[in-house]
Amino acid sequence: MTMKVSTRQVNGVTVVDMSGRITLGEGSVILRDTIRDLLSRGNKKILLNLGDVTYIDSSGIGELVSAFTSVRNQGGELKLLNLTKKVHDLLQITKLYTVFDIKDDETAAVGAFK
Amino acid sequence: MTNRVSYTLDSTLDSVNTAESTAVKFAAGAGFSEDEQSNIAMAVREAAVNAVLHGNAYDPEKKFFLAYENTDDSIIITITDQGQGLDASNIPDPLAPENLMKGSGRGIFLIRAFMDEVKFQNKNPGTEITLIKKHAKEERQ
Repeated sequence: MTMKVSTRQVNGVTVVDMSGRITLGEGSVILRDTIRDLLSRGNKKILLNLGDVTYIDSSGIGELVSAFTSVRNQGGELKLLNLTKKVHDLLQITKLYTVFDIKDDETAAVGAFK
Repeated sequence: MTNRVSYTLDSTLDSVNTAESTAVKFAAGAGFSEDEQSNIAMAVREAAVNAVLHGNAYDPEKKFFLAYENTDDSIIITITDQGQGLDASNIPDPLAPENLMKGSGRGIFLIRAFMDEVKFQNKNPGTEITLIKKHAKEERQ
């Protein structure tokens, strides 16, 4: 299953709904292009909804880190929403769980942006 | 189930997906739980990515070789590329503060996290990585 992405605006925050697999190749590239496109259009408050992301590999993890860094370097914020157990576990063992701001409620997540 | 099976695969991302699928199938046949199948498949995927991307560098002339063996106490998986070779003693720790925010370098760490034993051998040329996952006692037949 390839990755699909759609975006919506909620109270000034861009919610990126992602589904499928974030892996080396197409999935990672779609994520990178999506973040780049949002930043180029001045959307710097980004909430990545990973609720329907079924699988992520080391390349996908790296792409999440790069996305986080890119947004932060432009003075923005990137948060993660609705991690599956698998993605949650991967972020824990790679010690990235505390790096990302991770939420499980969309309304609260949107409200947490500065 | 078959105790030993091997594949010769092209240096493509499609082959990485194939490797992952064969890992799920073999691990399931060997009696591992769904969680363990997923972990073993991820380790195989990461090793296949290394073989295709870093080892063979997508060279269409080069193949990588994947073999599974199911023994009484473990499954043994070997992935061999035809690349320049890997210095396994010189792999940066992705958990180190200076590496934590890097966009790559977590593949071998994940392989080690999900398998019981991981060994590298330089084949001159190429690298062979051996992944071992032990059967839990209740999984033994």
